[in-house]
Amino acid sequence: MTHKAAFLTDATVCIGCKACEVACKEWNEVPEDGLVWSGFSYDNTRALGASTWRHVMFLEQPATAGPQQVDMENPFRWVFLSNVCKHCVNSGCLESCPTGAIVRTDVGSVLVQSDVCNGCGYCVVSCPFGVVDKRHPDGRAFKCTFCYDRQSAGMIPACAKACPTQSIRFGQLDELREAGAVRVAELHHRGYTDAQVYDPLETSVGGTHAMFVILGQPDAYNLPPAPEIPTIYLKSAWTSALVSALVVVALVCAAFLF
Amino acid sequence: MPAGDNPAGSIHPKASEARLDAIRNEASSTGKVVTGAGRANVDYDPNRPIAGAQDYYGQGVLKPPTWTWEVPLYFFVGGISGVSSVIAFVGHLFHADPQMLRLALWIALVGTVLCPVLLISDLGRPTRFLNMLRVFKWRSAMSMGSWILSGFGGFAFLALAINELIHYGIQIPFLPLLQWPVEFFSAVTGLLLASYTGVLLGATAIPVWHENRLLLPAHFLTSGLGGSAAILELSGFLLPATQVIGFMAAGLETVVGIILELRHGRVSAPLHHGKSGVTMRLAGGLEGPVALLIRILWHSHTSARYAAAICFLLGSVSSRYAWIWAGRASAHDPQALFEEQHAAMAAAKSRA
Repeated sequence: MTHKAAFLTDATVCIGCKACEVACKEWNEVPEDGLVWSGFSYDNTRALGASTWRHVMFLEQPATAGPQQVDMENPFRWVFLSNVCKHCVNSGCLESCPTGAIVRTDVGSVLVQSDVCNGCGYCVVSCPFGVVDKRHPDGRAFKCTFCYDRQSAGMIPACAKACPTQSIRFGQLDELREAGAVRVAELHHRGYTDAQVYDPLETSVGGTHAMFVILGQPDAYNLPPAPEIPTIYLKSAWTSALVSALVVVALVCAAFLF
Repeated sequence: MPAGDNPAGSIHPKASEARLDAIRNEASSTGKVVTGAGRANVDYDPNRPIAGAQDYYGQGVLKPPTWTWEVPLYFFVGGISGVSSVIAFVGHLFHADPQMLRLALWIALVGTVLCPVLLISDLGRPTRFLNMLRVFKWRSAMSMGSWILSGFGGFAFLALAINELIHYGIQIPFLPLLQWPVEFFSAVTGLLLASYTGVLLGATAIPVWHENRLLLPAHFLTSGLGGSAAILELSGFLLPATQVIGFMAAGLETVVGIILELRHGRVSAPLHHGKSGVTMRLAGGLEGPVALLIRILWHSHTSARYAAAICFLLGSVSSRYAWIWAGRASAHDPQALFEEQHAAMAAAKSRA
């Protein structure tokens, strides 16, 4: 049994085969998530959601760095990245859940207990990554479980198991964090100077259990560059509520004295 | 499959092989494609990448609120109901008209019946509403709200029950003594009920909501204050006290409107543009300057007070909807989020 389990998903070795999406759907029996031609390159999945727990992104970018050999007039690259729930160290959905349905597991992941969730929808607006969502018509919130059932049985998550290129690596958080740094150093050495690890350690999220090696800026992957856990806003909001309450009482007193 | 399960909503009715062929033909002949996801007329230039480094095909980073029509209405009803208990308690302290205080307690009670009905019907699994009360979490505004609403419900019911018993002259020992603490706690929980909804929106990941986290609790509380006085006035209690409260609430809402108008930047765009922006401005106008001007210009006219009260109530209820719609628009705009977070990163860098 691992403790502090993690994903390291590497865009530079992903081939966009979507085996992770399929494996996730199959293992977790996730329902169909819409059959739409998106027009977004080869990505008709479009985003993570209640019924999409792995999402392979297809980026068509001008190649700003890297050893491209052909068509130097229009330097171009096709980048793929399999997005997933970040399993934040400080998790917005977990903190916001009023039923205690969302819990931290013994492997450090964040799990929505479907038998407790009552579908209030507050986790949906509390996730700084836009991952968890309410499933219709089921009514409850769903997201990646980190294959907690498989992990409990000593198996690795279905997406990592299915990945044919080891773009999705599964292991210990500390080890993978180090592996990410090593990989980025190697990519820099090979000319991909815009390679970086996406793991927001500097913000109130405090790092994630699902890190990414990406080329270019996080914005292009719709990864928030500086995500914050919404509980940091509580203190000022409650202070405002209490001060306003006192003002309202004073005003009502004044009105009756008038 | 209803909308909301994925960003584009439902399965496109034309998602078929025939449609794919039609799209291919269309693309080869015109160079333009109308996609199934509703991104109409994407300019297709084979020589240039279609996704920039800006965002992922213009899709929102965040998930929009899934709340249905009941939730903004709950904000409105909860605000009025909560502040009514404050008016009842303070009015009692200052020996105000007992008939009006009785009505205020009734308004509070009706609110405590309506609010849970509205909230529970919004839940994805309504039968599990009691799961809200299996934990108490300071760090979840939704959890705090569940407890506040439950507490308020109990105190508002007791306050009304005691008042009715006294009203009908039923003698029970210690009842008048018990009345004061019960009314006090119903006022305290009422204040929390009317203001926590602002905290609920303010402490989320949605940029336009958390940017206004200081304003929202004050805004919602003031709205509840004016709404409560408006209902009392419309019920015939045209007292100086309700006039003064209505005047002050409209004045404060005017200030809120001015603050919102002065907000600029991409994050605040939903406050000014689109469905949310138009509704926000109309609502703010009604509960702010319009209600205020009516009260100033025709302060001695009964019908003008009714008009001001109706304006305030209409503005108040529609502004709650505008805030939810603004949150949706904010979640759908990736550039608002990036602008906010890059500014925060730049600020952090300059501090270091």
